[in-house]
Amino acid sequence: MNNESLWSIFINTSLINNFVLAYFLGICSFLGVSSKVETGLKMGAAVTFVMVISALCAYGINALLTAINAPFLQLISYIVVIASTVQLVEMFVKKTSPALFKALGIFLPLITTNCAILAVALFQTSKGYGLLQSFVYALGGGIGFTLAMVLMAGLREQLVFSETVSVAKGTVIVLLVAGILSLSFMGFAGLGG
Amino acid sequence: MDFIIPIAALGILTLVLAILLVIANKKLYVFEDPRIDQVEDMLPHANCGACGYPGCRPFAEALVTGQILPGKCTVSTDEGRMAIATFLGVSLGAEEKKVARLACDGGVNVAVNQAYYKGMSSCQAATLVSGGGKACSYGCLGFGDCAVVCDFDAIYMNEFSIPVVDLDKCTACGDCVEACPKGLFSIQPINNKLWVACKSQEAGDEVLAVCDVGCTACGKCAMDAADNLIVMKYNLPVIDYHKNHKTMDPIQRCPTGAIVWLDDKHGPIKGAESKKIIRKEGRRIGYS
Repeated sequence: MNNESLWSIFINTSLINNFVLAYFLGICSFLGVSSKVETGLKMGAAVTFVMVISALCAYGINALLTAINAPFLQLISYIVVIASTVQLVEMFVKKTSPALFKALGIFLPLITTNCAILAVALFQTSKGYGLLQSFVYALGGGIGFTLAMVLMAGLREQLVFSETVSVAKGTVIVLLVAGILSLSFMGFAGLGG
Repeated sequence: MDFIIPIAALGILTLVLAILLVIANKKLYVFEDPRIDQVEDMLPHANCGACGYPGCRPFAEALVTGQILPGKCTVSTDEGRMAIATFLGVSLGAEEKKVARLACDGGVNVAVNQAYYKGMSSCQAATLVSGGGKACSYGCLGFGDCAVVCDFDAIYMNEFSIPVVDLDKCTACGDCVEACPKGLFSIQPINNKLWVACKSQEAGDEVLAVCDVGCTACGKCAMDAADNLIVMKYNLPVIDYHKNHKTMDPIQRCPTGAIVWLDDKHGPIKGAESKKIIRKEGRRIGYS
């Protein structure tokens, strides 16, 4: 068991070890959907949602796998369980709340197999977090992802209006900006224990 | 026999999930009218929003539920609209074609510059720098934000840096209306031929000092138009399109040619008394 405090876990995953800017996970959606702040926010919300659900699932599955003494099945069963749970949740949301489905629905299938989602599940197991710790870990990760997403989208909205050297136009300048953003997030390193 | 347990565990896990998904698919099935997909396939997939809906799919949903008629889609061809109308068994709801119209004709050959704008080639950016280079603060800046934003290649910039709308290609989606920082574009029925190509709220010499084709607010067009068709408001003629506007009388005495008759084939026709513009080169900085 890990005795890390919930607050420390939250700060750690959301700022210091931000999934996008420190671990470089979930880059495809980070670069793909970050051209507008509004869509960035929605995507961030959807990722947070899926992260929390998959973290809870992973906790249950891990307990099960430890019981039958087959921890090597972690990776494959995480993928299967996370993907189908998100499918289930998506259907449930579509049935019960069409408005929420319209806001989140398009993003849900996009992120079921996002590496950041899988990373949350795998890291929490390797760190030996309890149920509540896993929940906070996933929540922090999701909020960190949303933060990175919104920061990036805000920068990209401004970037459109600035003149860029022709060789650096498009994806190149976006990657450069992402790198600088990641560098600046290293400043948070002193925060945690 | 150690391998049996993991295999069985994974097998059971996937089986349970599969059964759950099958049940969910049945229980949580949301009925969607199959016609929505079919109608959506018949639409042009431009997702332009000219119909007033966010995209082609919401428009298809509205069509199937009967909230709207196929004629509202301005991008689709006549056959396409007809096909949807027959498929759904509704009337076409024919709409008068609308197009984007520009309320300025102050090209570089007629409008004076107050300064040369050197910077990012965009009207939006130029407006931020004390309203752009043109001395007329109402006029077209000519960087073509509208031409860039148009999804249908319906706007091109002419030799005097004034956008020209290709009436065949224009779908009246309204993107140019939003793009123009001076608010010069508006969506008008194509049969509104009488048109005031000026937005300047100045009058008389103030206008002539900065532009050869601006409206000087002399009011001759308003006097010549029968039945109060045209009234002067804020130094500009305002045409009441509810009245009979199919007349070329008001444009005849316009001294600058600011009020025009927009012919579908020949383009803008100016009145007999309006100044002929023969200058081709751009005008310099300063007031004349």
